[in-house]
Amino acid sequence: MSAALATVAAGALFGFGLALSGMARPEVVLSFLQWRDFGLMLVMGGALALTLAVYQLVPRWQRAPLLAAGWESHTARMHRDTFVGAALFGVGWGLSGVCPGPAIAGLGTGNLEMLWVIGGLLAGAWLQGVQASAALAAPACLGKAER
Amino acid sequence: MFAQLFPLGWGHYLAGGVLIGAGVALLYVATGRLAGMSSVFTSSWSFLSSQAAFRQPRWLASRVWRLQLALGLVIGAALWWLTLGPAEPLSTQVPAWRLALGGLVAGYGARLAGGCTSGHGICGLGSLKLPSLLAVLVFMATGFLTAQALAAIGVAP
Repeated sequence: MSAALATVAAGALFGFGLALSGMARPEVVLSFLQWRDFGLMLVMGGALALTLAVYQLVPRWQRAPLLAAGWESHTARMHRDTFVGAALFGVGWGLSGVCPGPAIAGLGTGNLEMLWVIGGLLAGAWLQGVQASAALAAPACLGKAER
Repeated sequence: MFAQLFPLGWGHYLAGGVLIGAGVALLYVATGRLAGMSSVFTSSWSFLSSQAAFRQPRWLASRVWRLQLALGLVIGAALWWLTLGPAEPLSTQVPAWRLALGGLVAGYGARLAGGCTSGHGICGLGSLKLPSLLAVLVFMATGFLTAQALAAIGVAP
């Protein structure tokens, strides 16, 4: 229960920050991608500086999180899919001016047009999952397992 | 110089970024979890689909807290709207076809890449992962190209 509350509270800080920074507005994101306003560098920089410090330092001070047994670690892979996927992600981001966090947070600002993005994201994740399921069913020698 | 880089000011950008970081940090310190936001679009399919990729333990085990985190995002943004935001709901001039098609391509891409602006950009870089750094450079490049190509052919905003 308290983990659930902490998770919602963490999301609320995240969502308030997305809305305050303007990232929940596609126009602001597009003005960054079109090099008319570089504010999103400050958003990313501010978020990353704090995250980097906490991710790197807190596990050295504490054996475990406050409400869980262990620290999860990032699963980024040096794999073609990471870069093909990132390239496509950027195309979709540039087309809409919206990425997954702001699409969700945008709903809280009353912007129901974000449902178009959420529908698209769900459809895209579905396509990727169906494709990955076919790969999971294929012989393991194809090296496509995991995911 | 500063006014050219940040025509709308810079304080709200930095403050918003720090708050995003505070949320990511709270989730980690409390639960040890990483706050990548594209995963919820995969994990939530496990409620409805029997496709093998959605039935993996990592999605079954995380699908509830990922929805809790998403709920938090909506609540936090609503708190901003109620306290600091405009009286009327926010809206966008970007047409529905760009929102939907962009979402589709970004959703497929982020899930193939294993992360998005938050998953690779904040959590991956915060974890000092080289593949995340490369992914960020790639999606920034294609994001710049796409948005500027649209502007160049007169598609606005």
